[in-house]
Amino acid sequence: MFSYTPLIVLFPLLGFIFLGLIGWRLKSEKLIGIIGSGTVGLSFLVAAMLFFQMLGLQPEDRKHAVELFTWISTFTGTPSSLTVPVAYQIDQLSILMTLIVTGVGFLIHVYSIGYMHGDPGFWRFFAYLNLFIFAMLNLVLADNFLLMFLGWEGVGLCSYLLIGFWYDRKFDTGGYKPGTATTSDAAKKAFIVNRIGDFGFLLAMFLIFIHFGSLNFDAVFGRAAVLTPGSSTMVWITLLLFLGATGKSAQIPLFIWLPDAMAGPTPVSALIHAATMVTAGVYMVARCSVLYALAPAAMQVVAIIGALTAILAATIGLVQNDIKKVLAYSTVSQLGYMFLGMGVAAFSAGIFHLLTHAFFKALLFLGSGAVIHAMHSEQDIQKMGGLKHHLPTTYKTFVVGAIAIAGIFPFSGFFSKDEILWKAFSSDYGSVFLWIFGVLGAGLTAFYMFRLVSLTFEGEPRYGHEIHPHEAPPTMTIPLIILAFLSVVGGFVGIPESLLGGNAIEHWLEPVFAPAYVKLRLASHGVEITEYVLMVLSLGIALAGIYAARLVYLRRIELAEGWKAKYARIYNLLFNKYYVDEAYDKAFVSSTVKVSEGLLWKGVDVSLIDGAVNGSAKLIALAAQGIRRAQTGIAQQYATVFVGGILVVLIWLMFK
Amino acid sequence: MDIQPYLLLSAITFTIGVVGVLARRNAIIVFMSIELMLNSVNLSLVAFSAFLGDVTGQMLVFFVMTVAAAEAAVGLAIIIALFRNKQTVNLDDINILKW
Amino acid sequence: MMVTRRNPVIAALYLILNFFALGGLYLTLNAQFIAFIHILVYAGAIMVLFLFVIMLLNLGDVKLLGDKISSRKIIAAGLSFGLLMELIYIFGYARTNLPASRFERSAEIGTVEYIGKELFTTFLFPFEVTSILLLAAIVGAVILAKRKLD
Repeated sequence: MFSYTPLIVLFPLLGFIFLGLIGWRLKSEKLIGIIGSGTVGLSFLVAAMLFFQMLGLQPEDRKHAVELFTWISTFTGTPSSLTVPVAYQIDQLSILMTLIVTGVGFLIHVYSIGYMHGDPGFWRFFAYLNLFIFAMLNLVLADNFLLMFLGWEGVGLCSYLLIGFWYDRKFDTGGYKPGTATTSDAAKKAFIVNRIGDFGFLLAMFLIFIHFGSLNFDAVFGRAAVLTPGSSTMVWITLLLFLGATGKSAQIPLFIWLPDAMAGPTPVSALIHAATMVTAGVYMVARCSVLYALAPAAMQVVAIIGALTAILAATIGLVQNDIKKVLAYSTVSQLGYMFLGMGVAAFSAGIFHLLTHAFFKALLFLGSGAVIHAMHSEQDIQKMGGLKHHLPTTYKTFVVGAIAIAGIFPFSGFFSKDEILWKAFSSDYGSVFLWIFGVLGAGLTAFYMFRLVSLTFEGEPRYGHEIHPHEAPPTMTIPLIILAFLSVVGGFVGIPESLLGGNAIEHWLEPVFAPAYVKLRLASHGVEITEYVLMVLSLGIALAGIYAARLVYLRRIELAEGWKAKYARIYNLLFNKYYVDEAYDKAFVSSTVKVSEGLLWKGVDVSLIDGAVNGSAKLIALAAQGIRRAQTGIAQQYATVFVGGILVVLIWLMFK
Repeated sequence: MDIQPYLLLSAITFTIGVVGVLARRNAIIVFMSIELMLNSVNLSLVAFSAFLGDVTGQMLVFFVMTVAAAEAAVGLAIIIALFRNKQTVNLDDINILKW
Repeated sequence: MMVTRRNPVIAALYLILNFFALGGLYLTLNAQFIAFIHILVYAGAIMVLFLFVIMLLNLGDVKLLGDKISSRKIIAAGLSFGLLMELIYIFGYARTNLPASRFERSAEIGTVEYIGKELFTTFLFPFEVTSILLLAAIVGAVILAKRKLD
């Protein structure tokens, strides 16, 4: 049964190859859409089959590895041998991730059939999407660091390709190349910032190999299990890995690419920048939980950065006017929560939030896509309003998503976010301050989400009469409905014991994180009163946020205007995202660009290399010009030289 | 009877022929120098044939003569054609093969 | 002699003289057939052809060889001198390595009868090929010298 695992990865690859090679010839969008979505759907079915099989097995038996072929095999027999197979590992964590990737991915593929209708690059879009799914599946199913890194890079590449899908479209990046920036600039930014993180990942891989002698997860984690915490190498390894995670999952200091990544089509934002790629960093930390258990200092760093990012992004999202940018900062913020969970040793809580976030964030993005589609590519919420009458399904599902993300009982977001907050407060590795940050962030989340809802869907229309919004086609609304349903019930897999649930997801994932838990020597908490108190508190703050938002933006919008004027400086600070981009630009980007263009491009490339090539050509031309003069056309001269040659030969023969 | 004088004579006439080919400007004179060179070779061939008692040398001379006759005919025809086109047989002026 | 004459006609006449001398030399080597053929073909046919062409082209006096000591002449002279030295050296070499002289046979092999016999047996193939060669030469010469191609 488990030998079917490679099929999961294979289907999207085939889809990519087929669509990439032949897609441009296919005239029927329906065919392309069916092939593109079908491959992902098939992968989902296989994964589901495996999952149900696993349910029937004992927890110890649930882990399997399938090897396809050997990728790298060097120096065998020596201590520095490196053997890297292309092998996939199914365990509780990876099957969960696979289901998320293929399941949500499938829904988004179907949605894209409707959203990208009429686009000349339709086939290209699905080819890239399939390639992305392939890379992401490699990432989550890999059984060694190198294959995971392949997937890691692959999703970065696909992110670049898909963000810059409409590669010539103008895009407002705020500071960089104002007026002439295009979406490909945003794509480049995403890729380059990712690369900085990847650098950390690579260094970590090198250290892992040196320290543990292998890149295979089982080997590394097995050897790590017998170490004791506190070694500085482990701290380096885990911090470098986390650097990679900040790049991929958009945390401080590398979150700057995600808002600009909204230049891509909305399904891309939904899939890559909400549900899957940005969660790769979280997955990676979860997978390496043992390593992090050995470096509690690093875990602190993870938690603190997670919490800070959560608050920071929430404050920025508060004042943005582009519907997708609000959602982008929301994603950054929610990812911060996941890392917060990881940092306080609540690994399964973080993964749980990953699951629920995938549902409601994808839902919110797809919903925003329906809005943009209806408003003929208008994305400024200041120019919307009153859409709930024209887009009923979208409105309803969007509200469901907003409630879920705000963390209102009994929607899914409540359970996952609450679990994290509780663990942040109570865990040996958490602290009250982290909890405070988390709770504040939750309140802000509720506020800005419902600000978004109010300004977009409710109230009076603020757009011109030439726009006639209409509801989206079924290929778009059905995925919305499905995701809304999941956002409601998805939380039930993680009902904590305090609420009389079995916390299924935590038990399911327990074997994966058991070695880490042992290392961390966590005291297991029973059900405490404090948990209920905190639960009520967070619920209260969320509800307060919703109420405040609706109050201000529906009825007393002049309050918002008043605050904007009164606290203009703070408003500008938030609106311009704390000028982080500008700071980076001054510190790193401008000088690097100057050196690249001035020195390396003009100096080395043009003068040296081109000069050498052109110069040698010119040299030969000159030489040829000179030698040409020997061809006088006078036969006697030729004969003279001829006789001279004979002379030489004769002399040589004479002296032989 | 010694073969030396014959060979010496052959060498000398050959060299004179070379001088003629390289140093004269008139195409006809050059041609005649070429004939001279051919003849010097014929001489040495016959000399060797006589002194080795082998008839092959004389056969070769026979054929060389034939070919030389043919070549002279064709060469002169070329000179005539050249003269018609360029009105000169001065080899310095015939440099169409120049680059 | 020949190479230094100014007038091409005179140069041709000197060449004819040269050929006669050569023919005589052939006779001293007991190569009668060759000698007669030589006079017939060269002095009789080829030089006549040369003279015809010279007359046809109506060339005036050509500049003398010694008029200008141009660099070309010097180089030519020098090269030729070197050539001469080498040839003498080579032929001197032959002196020490010459196989036993069989001059006695030369009388017998130089006769028309003997050469004819060899020509039509051992050397039949070259003989036939030569005839084709002559044909080609005739055709070529005729075409090249035509006034107009028609």
